[in-house]
Amino acid sequence: MDIKTNEVLDAKGLACPMPIVKTKKTIKNLEAGQVLKVEATDKGSTADIKAWAEKTGHQYLGTTEENDVLSHYIRKSSDEDSQEKQHPHVVDNDALQSLGEDAIVLDVRESAEYAFGHIPGSKSIPLGELDERMSEIDDTKNIYVVCRTGNRSDMAAQKLAAKGYNHVYNVVPGMSGWSGETTKSN
Amino acid sequence: MTVNAMTAQQVTKKIVNNEPLFILDVRNEDAFQDWKIEGKSLTYLNIPYFDLLDGVEEILDQLPADQDVIVVCAKEGSSVMVAEMISEEGRNVSYLQGGMKAWSEYLEPVKVADLNDGGELFQFVRIGKGCLSYMVISNGEAAIIDATRMTNIYTRFAGGKGAKISHAFDTHLHADHISGGRKLAEQTGATYWLPPKDAGEVTFNYAPLEDNKTVKVGDAEIAIHALYSPGHTIGSTSFVIDDQYLLSGDILFIDSIGRPDLAGKAEDWVKDLRETLYARYKELSDELIVLPAHFMIMDELNEDGTVAEKLGTLFSNNHGLNIEDETEFRKMVTENLPPQPNAYQEIRETNMGKISPDEEEQREMEIGPNRCAVR
Repeated sequence: MDIKTNEVLDAKGLACPMPIVKTKKTIKNLEAGQVLKVEATDKGSTADIKAWAEKTGHQYLGTTEENDVLSHYIRKSSDEDSQEKQHPHVVDNDALQSLGEDAIVLDVRESAEYAFGHIPGSKSIPLGELDERMSEIDDTKNIYVVCRTGNRSDMAAQKLAAKGYNHVYNVVPGMSGWSGETTKSN
Repeated sequence: MTVNAMTAQQVTKKIVNNEPLFILDVRNEDAFQDWKIEGKSLTYLNIPYFDLLDGVEEILDQLPADQDVIVVCAKEGSSVMVAEMISEEGRNVSYLQGGMKAWSEYLEPVKVADLNDGGELFQFVRIGKGCLSYMVISNGEAAIIDATRMTNIYTRFAGGKGAKISHAFDTHLHADHISGGRKLAEQTGATYWLPPKDAGEVTFNYAPLEDNKTVKVGDAEIAIHALYSPGHTIGSTSFVIDDQYLLSGDILFIDSIGRPDLAGKAEDWVKDLRETLYARYKELSDELIVLPAHFMIMDELNEDGTVAEKLGTLFSNNHGLNIEDETEFRKMVTENLPPQPNAYQEIRETNMGKISPDEEEQREMEIGPNRCAVR
């Protein structure tokens, strides 16, 4: 799985409590919404990182294992839930259940969030890459933009509309309320 | 103030002697809920270490000043960190040496009885996991039943008694812990006995433990007599030792009975379980002392630290032996079963010799409580 992250912390060979102590220190220096990858060999670190992230409000995305090295992905907490939506065309999650051929689901979450669970067939362009990759999106289609809670997708929808995309819908709340099928990247 | 290392042995002693001990468990909440140090004289506080990284001031008033306080974590590291922080606040505190890992692996040897002609019977109480194993010693020879994977504890103990281990028995193919029987046989040259009906898929040689087989330990003084008693597994076999002790394996416990589903065959084995408990065991003397392969709750420990009870007493007090109606019995042992033990499939495969995990992996597989019974 090729997952982009903003920072990598090497905690390999360290025993508990050090992986968490270092994670806590490292995540302080990240900006809200950025993704940290923690590499660890302590098997207990998976449950602890997950529980710690939930308590501290960070978003635990998932863990992969390769050659006895665990890679934990955490997204630093952001106050996105409280922001006001500005893009005028808003639909709820149910709208995604019955999409036609002319629709694209655009997932603007971070690459790591997408990797650990996304709507099958959706296209991944993280919000931060949208400006440079916008040409990948067919402007004749209906574009349904999703993120976790509806805020990043709101910003993405505004960007698309500003560039002349006419059929752009912000899906609210997005993946945090998604009970349909999801798939992981390999 | 000082930080002391407290060993699993010292904690065991406090539990058996009913001495108060305050446990500050700093593992995450799921781990604590799933499995912890149990004892009647213990009180607990569970706060994950990662909630204490910025200091322990906020929990100080929850720690009793008039009791021993021990900090516990999975492998020791976090408990040392938290204990040092507490100590810096001016409090005396201990941590559990080796953490829950050491707790899971600690065996407390308790003498059950003197046998004929200077023979001795010991119960090894694996207090952290509830597993019980046994050693019969007679005239410089030792036999071990349901050995755990911590084989050096048995070899050292036998050595201290001047005895050579010549037999290792398993009452059945275990699903909750990794057997040390085969390793013991390799290390000491002992014979490894297994019930053949549980050994259909094993990848190594063993001596078949058949019904009615008698093995003598130490110049024919002590007889270990096999009694086929299926139900927990199809091969489950009990032992009558010296005509006085019934080693019931995972068929009958003090306060519960064996579960028939760990090899995925609950419906098939219910009949066997009923037959063993309600017919075969009924024919035995009420005076036999039952020595099971597990205990589930600390109440099952006697005051001397043993887990043992007269068969006659169990026939009157153990709920699982007193269900007249067969349909009700079937329901009890096939429905509402507790969760299956951690990694039980992998543990069974290890005990069959199909997979060979390293020591660290074996440890991980055995994490957590055993769950071999239904109550």
